[in-house]
Amino acid sequence: MMLTQSDAQKDLHLQEGKSKEAEIKRINKELANIRSKFKGDKALDGYSKKKYVCKLLFIFLLGHDIDFGHMEAVNLLSSNKYTEKQIGYLFISVLVNSNSELIRLINNAIKNDLSSRNPTFMCLALHCIANVGSREMAEAFAGEIPRILVAGDTMDSVKQSAALCLLRLYKTSPDLVLMGEWTSRVVHLLNDQHMGVVTAAISLITCLSQKNPDEFKTCVSLAVSRLSRIVSSASTDLQDYTYYFVPAPWLSCKLLRLLQCYPPPEDGAVKGRLVECLETILNKAQEPPKSKKVQHSNAKNAILFEAIALIIHYDSEPNLLVRACNQLGQFLQHRETNLRYLALESMCTLASSEFSHEAVKTHIETVINALKTERDVSVRQRAADLLYAMCDRSNAKQIVAEMLSYLETADYSIREEMVLKVAILAEKYAVDYSWYVDTILNLIRIAGDYVSEEVWYRVIQIVINRDDVQGYAAKTVFEALQAPACHENMVKVGGYILGEFGNLIAGDPRSSPLVQFNLLHSKFHLCSVPTRALLLSAYIKFINLFPETKSTIQEVLRCDSQIRNSDVELQQRAVEYLKLSSIASTDVLATVLEEMPPFPERESSILAKLKKKKGPGAVSAGELEEGKREGGELNGGGGGGERPGDTTAMAASNASTPSPSADLLGLRSAAPVSAAPPSAGSLLVDVFSEAGPAAPAAGVHDDGFLRDLEPPTESSDSLLAEGPGDSDSAPPSVVSEDPAPPLPESDELLNKFVCKNNGVLFENQLLQIGIKSEYRQNLGRMYLFYGNKTSVQFVSFSTTVNCPGELQSQLNVQLKPVDPLVEGGAQVQQVINIECLTDFSDAPLLNIKFRYGGALQNLSLKLPVTINKFFQPTEMSSQDFFQRWKQLSQPQQEAQKIFKANHPMDTEVLKAKLLGLGTALLDNVDPNPENFVCAGVIQTKAQQVGCLLRLEPNAQAQMYRLTLRSSKDTVAKRLCELLSEQF
Amino acid sequence: MIGGLFIYNHKGEVLISRVYRDDIGRNAVDAFRVNVIHARQQVRSPVTNIARTSFFHVKRSNIWLAAVTKQNVNAAMVFEFLYKMCDVMTAYFGKISEENIKNNFVLIYELLDEILDFGYPQNSETGALKTFITQQGIKSQHQTKEEQSQITSQVTGQIGWRREGIKYRRNELFLDVLESVNLLMSPQGQVLSAHVSGRVVMKSYLSGMPECKFGMNDKIVIDKQGKAGAGDEAGKSELGGSSGKQSIAIDDCTFHQCVRLSKFDSERSISFIPPDGEYELMRYRTTKDIILPFRVIPLVREVGRTKLEVKVVIKSNFKPSLLAQKIEVRIPTPLNTSGVQVICMKGKAKYKASENAIVWKIKRMAGMKESQISAEIELLPTNDKKKWARPPISMNFEVPFAPSGLKVRYLKVFESKLNYSDHDVIKWVRYIGRSGIYETRC
Repeated sequence: MMLTQSDAQKDLHLQEGKSKEAEIKRINKELANIRSKFKGDKALDGYSKKKYVCKLLFIFLLGHDIDFGHMEAVNLLSSNKYTEKQIGYLFISVLVNSNSELIRLINNAIKNDLSSRNPTFMCLALHCIANVGSREMAEAFAGEIPRILVAGDTMDSVKQSAALCLLRLYKTSPDLVLMGEWTSRVVHLLNDQHMGVVTAAISLITCLSQKNPDEFKTCVSLAVSRLSRIVSSASTDLQDYTYYFVPAPWLSCKLLRLLQCYPPPEDGAVKGRLVECLETILNKAQEPPKSKKVQHSNAKNAILFEAIALIIHYDSEPNLLVRACNQLGQFLQHRETNLRYLALESMCTLASSEFSHEAVKTHIETVINALKTERDVSVRQRAADLLYAMCDRSNAKQIVAEMLSYLETADYSIREEMVLKVAILAEKYAVDYSWYVDTILNLIRIAGDYVSEEVWYRVIQIVINRDDVQGYAAKTVFEALQAPACHENMVKVGGYILGEFGNLIAGDPRSSPLVQFNLLHSKFHLCSVPTRALLLSAYIKFINLFPETKSTIQEVLRCDSQIRNSDVELQQRAVEYLKLSSIASTDVLATVLEEMPPFPERESSILAKLKKKKGPGAVSAGELEEGKREGGELNGGGGGGERPGDTTAMAASNASTPSPSADLLGLRSAAPVSAAPPSAGSLLVDVFSEAGPAAPAAGVHDDGFLRDLEPPTESSDSLLAEGPGDSDSAPPSVVSEDPAPPLPESDELLNKFVCKNNGVLFENQLLQIGIKSEYRQNLGRMYLFYGNKTSVQFVSFSTTVNCPGELQSQLNVQLKPVDPLVEGGAQVQQVINIECLTDFSDAPLLNIKFRYGGALQNLSLKLPVTINKFFQPTEMSSQDFFQRWKQLSQPQQEAQKIFKANHPMDTEVLKAKLLGLGTALLDNVDPNPENFVCAGVIQTKAQQVGCLLRLEPNAQAQMYRLTLRSSKDTVAKRLCELLSEQF
Repeated sequence: MIGGLFIYNHKGEVLISRVYRDDIGRNAVDAFRVNVIHARQQVRSPVTNIARTSFFHVKRSNIWLAAVTKQNVNAAMVFEFLYKMCDVMTAYFGKISEENIKNNFVLIYELLDEILDFGYPQNSETGALKTFITQQGIKSQHQTKEEQSQITSQVTGQIGWRREGIKYRRNELFLDVLESVNLLMSPQGQVLSAHVSGRVVMKSYLSGMPECKFGMNDKIVIDKQGKAGAGDEAGKSELGGSSGKQSIAIDDCTFHQCVRLSKFDSERSISFIPPDGEYELMRYRTTKDIILPFRVIPLVREVGRTKLEVKVVIKSNFKPSLLAQKIEVRIPTPLNTSGVQVICMKGKAKYKASENAIVWKIKRMAGMKESQISAEIELLPTNDKKKWARPPISMNFEVPFAPSGLKVRYLKVFESKLNYSDHDVIKWVRYIGRSGIYETRC
C-alpha cells in the first residue's frame, strides 16, 4: 500500500516546497484528467482504474473533496487481483459514507468475497465491514460473520479478522448481533491452537460477557486453563507469541481482564489452578529480568498489574492480596515514574480491601515521601488519593497532618480536592473534637480560597451539634481571627461560632464581649455581601448574648452604610435587626435568638462534593466502594449513641447544607425556621410575617397524630427544610449516583430504614422521595414527600400501594390521595396509614407514575415497613430475661445467624442501631459486657409477639452471632434476616 | 506604532527581520509563520491577531511582508507604509523576489533604518532616499562634508522631497492617468456595482524649483467656474454648461505629500512643487457615470446531467477608433468537468483544468464590435447533490482612455528663478484604463 501511495505522489509530482496555490492547480489538473478517464465511453483496464482510484484516495487524504470515482472503486471490488481489490476496499472504507446509495452494491461485492473461500479476499471483506462498521453493514452481515467465525474449515487468519469484525459490529449495534446459538462455540475458540485467534476471540468474548455474563459463564474455566498453560510455559514455547522473553503478554492481559468480569470461580479445582497462576505471576515478578530491554519489563509488568487487578477484584485471597501489596510496595520506589503511578493507583484499590488494608498501611512513609518529593503532579495526586484511602483511625492524625503540610505547596489543580479530603478525613476519624476544629481552622488558614462552602458549613454543623467542643471552638476561632489577615471563610466560621457561643469565652477579659465584637467588626468591611449578612446576624445574636453590647451594635446597625446599604439583603437585615433589638423585650429576644438547635443528621455534604468533583467516571471502583462502606457506617451511627449529631447519618439527603443565606435566624430559607423549636417558629412568623416558608412545617405540627406522640428529637426533618432553591444547588447524594432501577435496589433501601424512620427513600434526576414515619402500637403513619427536582411540572402524578400475596391479609395500608400536578421544584406530601394485622415478612410496594415532559415515568419501590417497626420496648431484669429466654427454647422459636461485620464494630453505633430497632436495650443482663441483649413486644392487631434478642460481637474475627427467640417462629426468622444486614 | 517588520519567502523562512520595539519578541516571527503562512485554511484577512499581537501583511508574488505591532495602530497607515515600502524596494532593485531580497539585504536594512524610526514612518520618498542611500557603497565615502550637510539640510528641510539645483537641458513632464475599473453585473445586464479607482502618476524632469498647477474636469471646480462665469459674463454660461456635462464627480481622493492641501481645501486647485523623477500625484475613486468598456452577455444551458452549453458574447463599447488590448475572458467550469469543446470566432480559447476555467484570449479589439465564444462542457455524474455554485465570468483588458471620464485640463509650470516658462516644457499625457475585478454573473 505504501508503495502505491508513493507512486501516486510521484505521479502528482507533489514535492515539498511548492506553494499551496501550485498544489491546488496541480490537483485540479489531475482531477480533470481522472474525470476525463472515467468518462463513461472509454473502458479502463484494471490497472489504470486502480491507479486513478488510488490517486483520488491520495488527493482526498491531502484534504481535498472527492465527489466521484466511487463507482470505479466499487468496480474494483469485483476484480480478481489482490492489489486492485485492496485499493477498492480501501477507497470504500475511507470515502463511502454509510448512507450512500452505493451501499447495496458494496454489500453485494462483500457478500461475494465472503463466500469466495479465498482467505485473503475474505479478510479484505471483513476488514472493510469493520472499518465502515455502519448499521447497514451490521444488518447485512451480522448473521454471516459468526458462522465464518466458528466454521471448522475457516483459516486462522480469517477467524481472527472475523472475531474483530464481529466485535466492531457488536459495539456499533449490539441489538443486531445475536449470539444465542453461537455462544458455546465462540467460547470454545479460547481453546484454539492458534494464539492469534485466541487473542482476537478473547476481545470479543470480554465485550460480550460484559453485557450478558451468564451466557458466557463457561469461559471462566477455559480462560483459567489457557492462562495456566501460558503462565507455566517456558519463554521459548510460544515462539512467535513470545515478546522479549515474556510468553504472550497481550493474551495474558486479556485473559486476566476477562476473568475480572466474573466472581471467583466456584469450582475448587479451577480456583486452585487460578490461584496457582496468580502466584506464579507474582513469583515471576520477583525473578531477575531476563532482558535489560524496556519492552521486557513493560510486558512483564503489564501482566503483573492485570493480575493484581484481578486479585483485588476477587478480594478473597488474603495471602495473594498481601503479596500483591508487597509487590506494589517495591514499585513505589522504582525509578520508572509510570510504574510508581500505577503502583499508587492499584494500592488505592487495595487499601479498600479489608485483607490488605493493614499491609498497605505499612507503606505510609513511602507514600508520604512520594507526596513530598515526586516531580510529576499526576503521581502526587495518586499519592494523595492513596493516603486518603489508607487512612483509618490509627493513622488519621499523621496523614491529616502530612496532607495539611503538603497543601501549602500543593499544585493548584489539586488543592480543592485535597482540601475536601482533609476535611472528610478529619471529620471521619475525629476522636478528639478539639483536634477536628484545629485541623479545619488550619485548613481554612492554609488554603482558604480552596475551601468550599460545604467545608465550613460542616464545621458549624459539628460544633453546634457537640456541646463539649463549643467552648474550645469559640476560643480557637477567636484566636484565629486575631491574625491580621485572615480568609473570608475564617470570618464566616468565626462570625457564626462567636455569635452562637461567644458567651462561653466572654469570662476572659481578653475576649470580653466588646473585644469579640470589635474583632469581628474590624473584618466586616473587607468581606463580601453574604459574609456581611452573616456578620449582621451574628451581631444581633450578640445583643441577646451580651446586653451590654446593645448600644454599640445598635449604633453600628443604625449607621448609613448599613441601614441604607445598596444591597437589599443587608439593608433589610440592618433595619429589621435594629427594630427587633429596640422593640422586643429581652424575653422575646432570648426566644427569637435562641441558640441554634442541633442540625439534623445528614450525609457529609463534603463527601458528595468530592464525588461530584471527581465525576462519576473518574471515581474508581475502589473509591466508590469506599464511599459505600463509609455511607453504611455513617448510616449506622445515626439515631443516637455516643455522637448523637455529628456523624452524618442519612446517607442520602440532599438538603444537607444550609444555603448561604440560611444564617443564624434564617429569615429567608425555610431550613432554620423549621429547625427552630415550634414556638419560636411561630413567633418568627409573627414578627416577620413571613408565612410562606413556615407553612409546611406548621402543617405537620398541627397534625393530631403527631401531637400525640412525644416531639421527635429532630423537630423537623431535612426534607421539610428543603426549599425549592435548595434542591437545585445541593449536591447529588449517594443514591442519586446510581441509576434508578425500580426493584432490585429497593431491598437495599428497605434495609436502610430498618433502624430509622426518617430519610430519603429514593432519588434520581427527576424525583426525590423523602420519608418520615411514626409508629405506635400496631398503627403507623408515614409521610411521603415527593420533591420535583426539575423545573418542569409533573403531570398525572399518581401513586398506589399494593401488598403482594399474603401481605394483603397481614397489613392494612391506606393511601391518602395526592395532587396530580407537581410543579417544578415543588414538594407534595402524601400520608399513608398503616395497620399491622398480624406479623408479616414482605414489604408493600409503592408504585409511582407521572408524566415528565410527555414521557411516562414509572417507578416501583418497596415501602420501608418492616415488622420491627411495631416493636414496643420492654424493660426487664436479668432474672426475668433468662427465665423467658429459657421458656422459648423450642428449636423453631430460635433463629440464629453468624455473619461477618459489614461495618466497623463500634459499641456506640451498635447500641444506637439496636435502639433504633425499637427494642429496649437491657444493661447488666448478659454476663459478658460485650454482648447486647434486647427485649420487645411486637404489637399486631391479632396478637402480641414477644421477642428476645442477643447479639454477640467478636472483635478479633470481625464477626457477629445474632440469636433471636420469639414466641412466633416466622417473626424470629424475619427479624434475624433483617438484622443481619444491619451490622 | 509598528513594532517590527518581517519579510518571509513563500516557505515561511525569514529573509528580513527588523524589530523596532521591545514588546515584539522573537517568537512573533514564528507565530506569523505558523498561523498565517502555514495555516491549513488560507488566511484571507490582511490583518491577523495572534496572542494580542497584530500582524499586517501584504504579499508580493511569493514574498510576504508583515508589519507587527502590539498597539492599537491605524491599520490604513500601516498598509500605506507597507505599500510605500514595496515601491521603495522596487525603485531600488526592481522586482520584489526572494533572490533580489537576498542580494540586497544590506540595502533593505539600511532602508528600514531610514524609513521607520522607533516604529514611526519617516520620509519614504524614493527620490530623497536615493540621495543618501545609494547602492554604490564606495562612492558615498567620497562625498564631501558639504555634500553631506547639504543632504542633511535638504532632507530635514521644508521641501524634503526635492533637492535644489536640479538642472535639465530639456524640461519634460510625463503624466499618466491609470485607472482600473471594477464591475459586477447580473446575467441580465444590470449593473450591481461599479467603481473606478484611478491614479495620476507623473514623471517630471524639470530644472530648479518649479511650481506646478494641475487641473482636471472635477465637477466642483467646473461648477464653480461656471457660476463665476455666469456672474461675470452671461455669454460664457452656455460654454460652462457644456463643459459641466463632461465633468466628473470624484468620490474621494488622496494626494502626494508635495500637494498643498490648504490650497486644495480653499480653492480646490492642485498646486505643488514636484519631486524629481517618478511619483504618484494623486489617487481617486469615482462611482458615477462610468464608461464600461465591455459588456459580457453569458448564456448557460444545462443539457441533462452530463452536459452544459455555454455561449458568451462580448461587446466593446467605446469609440471605434480606439483599440482595446490584452483581452482575456475567463469562463469558470463546473468541478466535475470531464471534457470541453470550444469554438470561437476571434482570438484563442483553451480549457485550463488546473484553474477550472475556459480562458479566451483576444489580442486586440476595436470599439463598437462584438465577438462570441461557445463551448460544450461534458460532465461526470457525481453522487453529490451539491449544485454548482456558478461563479461569475471575469474579464481582463486594457483600453487607451479613462473609464471614469477624467480629463486633464491643464498642467501649468511656473519657475520664476530660472528663465523657462510654461510653454517651454514638453508635456506628455496618456490615459490607460485597465480592468480590476470585472465580473458578470452567469
